[in-house]
Amino acid sequence: MITLGNYLAVSAILFTIGFAGVMLRRNLIVILMSLELMLNAGNLSLVAFSRFRVGVNGLPDYNAQVFVFFVITVAAAEVAVGLALLVALYRARQTAHVEDIRNLKF
Amino acid sequence: MSSFLFWIFAALTLIFGAAVVLNPNPVASALSLVVSFLGLSALFMSLDAFFIGIIQVLVYAGAVMVLFLFIIMLLDLRAEERRRINWLAAAGGFGVAVILLVQICFVIGRFQVARQIPPPITRATSGDVWNIGQLLFMNYNLPFQVIGVLVLVATVGVVLLSRRQPR
Repeated sequence: MITLGNYLAVSAILFTIGFAGVMLRRNLIVILMSLELMLNAGNLSLVAFSRFRVGVNGLPDYNAQVFVFFVITVAAAEVAVGLALLVALYRARQTAHVEDIRNLKF
Repeated sequence: MSSFLFWIFAALTLIFGAAVVLNPNPVASALSLVVSFLGLSALFMSLDAFFIGIIQVLVYAGAVMVLFLFIIMLLDLRAEERRRINWLAAAGGFGVAVILLVQICFVIGRFQVARQIPPPITRATSGDVWNIGQLLFMNYNLPFQVIGVLVLVATVGVVLLSRRQPR
């Protein structure tokens, strides 16, 4: 039988994959995709907690699912702004590679 | 949902999630991300969260990924040419990620509640769209409207950012 721990483990591995992508990849667009993976790992654990906490009315805890709804909305807005920044950066520098952006590097 | 389907979709999500990070070509990364999100949506549905699963497909696998692919093709990003990799920094980043995973798994292992199997939903559900909508417009009405303003601000910001600067 599938327990809450299984879902949390999948969520943890997915978060780590996204984290490793942000740490290891040097391409800005892949870094944005890895950020999406991390947000979705958080969503998965929220929905899992919601399903495993059935209240006295016999229904799952829908507060967590409303929160996931908000997270998805904010993440979509974040992707739009991030990609617009990427396009603006590409116009100025003709690169989407983090190592080529070194104006602030000490 | 049987445990067999859970393992299938969990493996699908994780394998294609890893493919996002490992692929050198951004287009292949974006398409792997679509498959990963579809697997994640199936996992949401296995948790009886049908509304969240549907908007996962609609918003992420639909809208957000089209945006990613559009930008990749607009900027004409190719596969990364071989650059000199700083192996010390790469090993450091990988080590931090592994330490994070070990810590989270340790916490889950110590977590008593994590051993429970899903409690049955006793009441015949009136549909989770109805329940979420009720909660959203009753208890979370103000945050919902703030989110609307946030999306408007993001739209205006994106138009402003992507406008060509007059020289």
